[in-house]
Amino acid sequence: MSIAFDKVLDARGMNCPMPLVNARKEISKLDLGQVLKVMATDRGSVADFQGWTKVAKNVELVAQETEASAGASLYVHYIRRTV
Amino acid sequence: MELATEVRAAHESSSSELSTRVAELEKRLASLEERSEDRVTIVVFSGDLDRVLAAFIIATGAAAMGQQASMFFTFWGLSVVKKETTFEGKTVFQKMMAIMSPDSSQALPVSKMNYFGAGAKMLRTMMKQKNVSSLEDLIALAREMGVRMIACEMSRDVMGIKESELMPGLECGGVATFLGDALTSRVSLFV
Repeated sequence: MSIAFDKVLDARGMNCPMPLVNARKEISKLDLGQVLKVMATDRGSVADFQGWTKVAKNVELVAQETEASAGASLYVHYIRRTV
Repeated sequence: MELATEVRAAHESSSSELSTRVAELEKRLASLEERSEDRVTIVVFSGDLDRVLAAFIIATGAAAMGQQASMFFTFWGLSVVKKETTFEGKTVFQKMMAIMSPDSSQALPVSKMNYFGAGAKMLRTMMKQKNVSSLEDLIALAREMGVRMIACEMSRDVMGIKESELMPGLECGGVATFLGDALTSRVSLFV
């Protein structure tokens, strides 16, 4: 499945709360309706992005995927700016 | 005929009662929504590295999630927002307190297994190895993200910590400053 996105944030190697903090920064630079793709290696980010998009009114979770890359899991989140 | 009139009257009175109740409930809902902001308030009472880290991760996480965040530093927590220690103009007890307290966030002990600072150094090294942000990075991040940081006036005064010993740009306040934020918060924590 390929999901359209407008910008990529490489949050690989970052730990809590940095993937969230940086995603928040990046999403505020996007236009309404645009999608940010976040690549993270932090397993906690899966639940974190679900929590964030549930609480915040300006973002929406489009999809989440887990990919295997070089023996490690890569957690990919797609978030849309709604406000 | 009489019965029909009675039924209609009963129906009208119950529906008007219902609309009054709906209006009342809407009013109460609006006032409730007004009262609670999207805010997280944290009291940082502890001066332990591990506890303070947790407080800053929650505060920066909340800010990232679009919440307002307030941190109220009191007693041992004042060490977190200190930038230096001076002895000038302090009483004997205040000087003793100053000698025994950390000079800044860099010198905070851990709550367990500190062993005169070796434990804190070890934890910092382990966090670095795992690429976790340092406490100082998180403090800078919190400030950048607009987390409200308040130093407790009373405990600062008791411990003899001067405002010049604290980081610049902190607010000072008392219990009502904390409660003012806490009462309108969805989450309040004491660390």
